[in-house]
Amino acid sequence: MSKGTAEKLIFHFVRMLILIFCVCAAAFFLVCASPLDPLQTNVGQAALGTLSREQIEALEKYWGVGVPAWERFLSWFTGILHGDMGISLLYRRPVMEIIAKKAASSAWLMLTAWIFSGFLGAGLGILAGVKRGKWQDKAVTTYCMIIAGTPAFWLALVLLLIFAVWFPLFPVGFSVPVGMEAADVTLADRIKHAVLPAVALGMTGISSIAMHTRSKMIEIMESDYVLYARAQGEKGWSLVRRHGLRNILLPVITLQFGSISEIFGGSVLVEQVFSYPGLGQAAVTAGLGSDIPLLLGITLISASIVFLGNFLADVLYCVADPRIRAGKTHGISIGAEGKDSGRSTR
Amino acid sequence: MRRRILILAGVSLTLLILTAVLGFLWMEEAEAINFAEKNLAPCPEHIFGTDWMGRDMFKRTVAGLSMSIRLGVLTAAVSSVIALVMAAAASLFGTAVDRLVSGLTDLVMGIPHILLLILISCAAGKGFWGVTVGISVTHWPSLARLLRAEMMRIRESPYVKISEKLGMSPLKIAREHMIIQVFPQFVTGLVLMFPHAILHEASITFLGFGLSPEKPAVGVILSESMSYLITGKWWLAFFPGAALVVCVLLFQGLGQGINRLLDPAGAHE
Repeated sequence: MSKGTAEKLIFHFVRMLILIFCVCAAAFFLVCASPLDPLQTNVGQAALGTLSREQIEALEKYWGVGVPAWERFLSWFTGILHGDMGISLLYRRPVMEIIAKKAASSAWLMLTAWIFSGFLGAGLGILAGVKRGKWQDKAVTTYCMIIAGTPAFWLALVLLLIFAVWFPLFPVGFSVPVGMEAADVTLADRIKHAVLPAVALGMTGISSIAMHTRSKMIEIMESDYVLYARAQGEKGWSLVRRHGLRNILLPVITLQFGSISEIFGGSVLVEQVFSYPGLGQAAVTAGLGSDIPLLLGITLISASIVFLGNFLADVLYCVADPRIRAGKTHGISIGAEGKDSGRSTR
Repeated sequence: MRRRILILAGVSLTLLILTAVLGFLWMEEAEAINFAEKNLAPCPEHIFGTDWMGRDMFKRTVAGLSMSIRLGVLTAAVSSVIALVMAAAASLFGTAVDRLVSGLTDLVMGIPHILLLILISCAAGKGFWGVTVGISVTHWPSLARLLRAEMMRIRESPYVKISEKLGMSPLKIAREHMIIQVFPQFVTGLVLMFPHAILHEASITFLGFGLSPEKPAVGVILSESMSYLITGKWWLAFFPGAALVVCVLLFQGLGQGINRLLDPAGAHE
């Protein structure tokens, strides 16, 4: 890795840190601007009337009513720097602990969906790009168009209807069987409960990756170096493998890491449909119940994962691309093919 | 070819307007309760069936879609104007503003969209304004990026440089040279934003942050249907969702049609 690359990566890293700080501040002041009274939301109007003055004061202190926003932000942010995100107001446990627990069950779901949609999406996109205008392309494009217009939660509902209600192959919801001791839950149980949510999540994720890969692939197949290879008599799979796949690799990496945010958003909806106790469902509960520390914690964690994903994509770019790895001065000597593909991948 | 696209776009537009108007007229009827006809499966009188209060699901769905379409038009319009302003500012007022805009873009794109909508909905006190503001201020980044790139290119062109040297103010340059040029991309971006806006409105309402339960909305219908799915009342979830998908696809078709009609390279097709 040359000096220029290292500098660039450090720049990206610092930028990422600044962005994460901005997310903290933006999210915090957004929630602080909320006109909702946390007492009224969580205690209820009727119950509030029956409480004594002291009880109300104690509750107001608990929910942080009356403390200036910037003061709360400062104490919250210094807490984060020490690895403390505060106490969740609804669960009454440290936010970190809840996020860790929920993230563990969400991670299964999101990772499977991410890998599933990544490989299948890239594969379908390459197929459609190579067979442009043929029936394979039309089938993939139609599928992607329809899925792009389908809300993830409705797809989840339909899957639930078919595979859990009409043909009870999979359970209707939750991540473990209802009424079973935590120690008795087997891995098979967990997998069985995660299949439908993961499929719903993966199916929606495929479409954007496939469509972007397809357009990149078309660009590559129309490039001069592919034309040259064709003129030399290369065709079919070997042409795609030697000239297409190598050049599609970089954009596919970026797309993969760029799709993390989308998978995260989808998981909020899908978890809600399947009552799957993950991060997404926790975010909804926190939002509906004005549990500000938990909501902020989840926002911060998910945004950090998204930014980290973008940063990793930048790093992988440097590692995977021989031109960037070799540094700018050497890049010129690589030859016509390298330069051409460079243009087509940007 | 052009003729075919025109017809397709025209049909899509007509269907969408029809849905919006019909739904608006059926607002009252959609909430009409009739316990004599509750939980009916789809039949000729009620093609989408009825729910547990005997409300006609077809009318409820169309009323919900109408709400979604009107909200989508409003939010997409606001969002695309924000995108245009951001792009113009980034390309006209130097590197510092450009950095600021691209930082802001990354910021909005970095928080998962649904979470950002939840945050804004909380900030605006949930309900109608929560969704409307949330969707309006979160959909501009991708269009802003596209327009910025295009405007940067135009800015480098000789005639803009000459106008600058002649003392034309940046605002005048934006008005007279740039906005006219990016107009096709702007309109396409605007129309293609509708489906996103509508889907996000339905999603956020489904989660319970958006429109209130007494309003007719597809999100409300679908979240209510969740409790009846297990008992086999599939029509409560299936038809409203499918209608939403059709609606979104019509918008996509319309957007692509407009894109191809406005694209100068395709003028001779």
